[in-house]
Amino acid sequence: MDLNQLAISLVKIIAVLAWVYGLLWAVGRKPWWAKALGIVIAFGIIQLALTPINGTQVFNDFDRGLLFQACGMTMVALGLNLIYGFNGQFSLGQWGFYGIGAYTAADVTYRWVNHDASGLLVGGLLVILVGLMILVVGRLIARYKGMPVLSQFTLYLIGAGVAAVISVLIGNAIANAIAPAFGAADASNSVLLGNVAQNVILVLAVLVGGAFAAEVSFLFGLPVLSLGSDYFGIATLGFTIVVQTLLVNTDTLLPFPEMKGGRGMIGIPKLTTWFWAFVFMLAVIIVMRNLIYSSTGRAIISVREDETAAKSMGIDIARYKLLAFVIGSLFAGIGGGIYAHYIGFLSPATFSFLLGFNPLIIIVFGGLGSMTGTIAASFGWIFFLEGLLRVILGQLGTEAPTWRFVLYPITLLMLMLLRPQGLLGGVEWGFLRHPKVAVRTSQTTQGVPVPAGK
Amino acid sequence: MMQPATTNSPMTAQARAAVPALDIQNLTKLFGGLKAVNNFSLTVQRGALDGLIGPNGAGKTTVFNMITGLYVPTTGDIFLDGDNLVGMEPFEITQSGIGRTFQNIRLFPTLTVLDNVRIAYHTHAGYGLFDGLRRNAKFEAKERELTERAEDFLNIFGLERYVNEQARNLPYGEQRRVEIARALASEPKLLLLDEPAAGMNPGEIEKLMELIHFVRDRFNLTILLIEHQMRLVMNICERITVMDFGEVIARGNPVDIQGDKRVVEAYLGRGAAGRGGKV
Repeated sequence: MDLNQLAISLVKIIAVLAWVYGLLWAVGRKPWWAKALGIVIAFGIIQLALTPINGTQVFNDFDRGLLFQACGMTMVALGLNLIYGFNGQFSLGQWGFYGIGAYTAADVTYRWVNHDASGLLVGGLLVILVGLMILVVGRLIARYKGMPVLSQFTLYLIGAGVAAVISVLIGNAIANAIAPAFGAADASNSVLLGNVAQNVILVLAVLVGGAFAAEVSFLFGLPVLSLGSDYFGIATLGFTIVVQTLLVNTDTLLPFPEMKGGRGMIGIPKLTTWFWAFVFMLAVIIVMRNLIYSSTGRAIISVREDETAAKSMGIDIARYKLLAFVIGSLFAGIGGGIYAHYIGFLSPATFSFLLGFNPLIIIVFGGLGSMTGTIAASFGWIFFLEGLLRVILGQLGTEAPTWRFVLYPITLLMLMLLRPQGLLGGVEWGFLRHPKVAVRTSQTTQGVPVPAGK
Repeated sequence: MMQPATTNSPMTAQARAAVPALDIQNLTKLFGGLKAVNNFSLTVQRGALDGLIGPNGAGKTTVFNMITGLYVPTTGDIFLDGDNLVGMEPFEITQSGIGRTFQNIRLFPTLTVLDNVRIAYHTHAGYGLFDGLRRNAKFEAKERELTERAEDFLNIFGLERYVNEQARNLPYGEQRRVEIARALASEPKLLLLDEPAAGMNPGEIEKLMELIHFVRDRFNLTILLIEHQMRLVMNICERITVMDFGEVIARGNPVDIQGDKRVVEAYLGRGAAGRGGKV
């Protein structure tokens, strides 16, 4: 065994974790310029490591892949941590939403680079119309108290169906109308397909993918979240299986021949750069943190802590379960979009429910209810499992890397025995730390004395 | 500090003042064939401090759970300031002005004491999801305001040194106090206390009685409490309703209740009353 490589892999894991720590520290700085500077430096360090200088590269293409996987995994796992770790709803559906986001985003850009704007137009219109529909129907339902959940669900479903038909008709019509503009365009000379345009389309595609996943999760979560936690877990497992089955049959059951069903979708433009992976990951982290440390976040957490007590505090637990589920799925969808454009090839096998346990393992490993734990575990896990173990075991024989699926469960087992709250359970770094308030020592407030006997 | 929540009902202020704070009429709850509560009626006047007592399994907590919406009554009506609560969701009932504590303390165990109280403020937070996500000026102002108010509450209850402590790490008596503080933070008009003295020693009960009196006067509350500790009930309650097997067996002031034959029977068994037993 090559000890050098082992040492290098270990150093890389430690360096990446140190980088995560540094990033979270930097984002937590107070004056905005210090914050911005810190973020730029954190971005620059990795960008530098990825750039070949005099023919040497700190992070080779293999490490680059790991890095993007880790960014995608961070978003998916943070979303799942919001649902399971913070809201207490055991979900196995995260992987399904990841798949939905990945395929949706991939389809938008794929069609665009193949001179077809219908993906973006139909997808964008659909997302906007369904979003509006949810708002309008939600208002309508709020007027009639005590409407059964299944009736609400039916209304939303009909609304979504109408919105889908409208967006397909209008989107396709506009796409056909502007099709000539693509004409003889090619990537080198066209405004529509140039470098800038492609990046804009990437961002839009990722957002459409995320929003679509979030809206599907709204429709799915509405009836299913009324189930108790364990039953909810089973139902979401079913959801992941349904999504994978549909992805295997995209060209037969669904009208998406370009997704090529079980053979996998090829030719997705590889547009994910370190910049976009970093930006989206940071956005997800900031949104997550701002959510958790707000009144809404406290309401979400109270549902995990004690549903009955939460109800008695005036918290509409059904609403906050749904909110956490939808935001968690939004993160998964965005992560999927980033993944699709990094890997350039999507296979339904990637979205099988067995692999869906990966984010679950990561959040348990990192610590339920710890954002830092999730981020660190996403990076550490990918670099350990795919980086270190694959490289080391790869030298022992061609089949040896399979042993990593024996080694990492053992690692997990050991961790659960030694530190059941997870590696960083209850720990938050820098930016993600719980804002503490100073302990007041005065015995009176606003002139009101403390009652006698205290 | 505690403004009672305004309601949209068309009643005038005068008419409203005449209505009792809580009016329960012919409440019945069946669990399968078991009549947990049978034809239960109770009126609590505004500003009163009333007690609901009875042996174990008499249905007291079931009544509380129906008032707060955790159970839906089989038949009967519950009026809070003249508005019927039956059919409302628990969170809506809390928002319309009922706060409660639980028999077995139900704090949010892994959250800090401060967050426990701040959660109760959620419906009055005054900013929405997107204000929180953007961390705008409105968020900063409202969040500071509600944190200060929560701290004020903790100060009043002498809990200020626990602000950043996890609720589960507090001693039992302090947890009770946090629970009462949290219930008050939801800005109720009516406070329901379910066995607040359970598991407390005489010294702690003494303090609790002071606290309950203080809270009622300080926040203009109406209080209804369930209790087993006769000392506490007889000392602080103005009117007492006694339940047994889901039915009201006696009502009156503490002195009357202490001498009531049926009450003594319910607690000590038939025959005890004849031998001069006293609750």
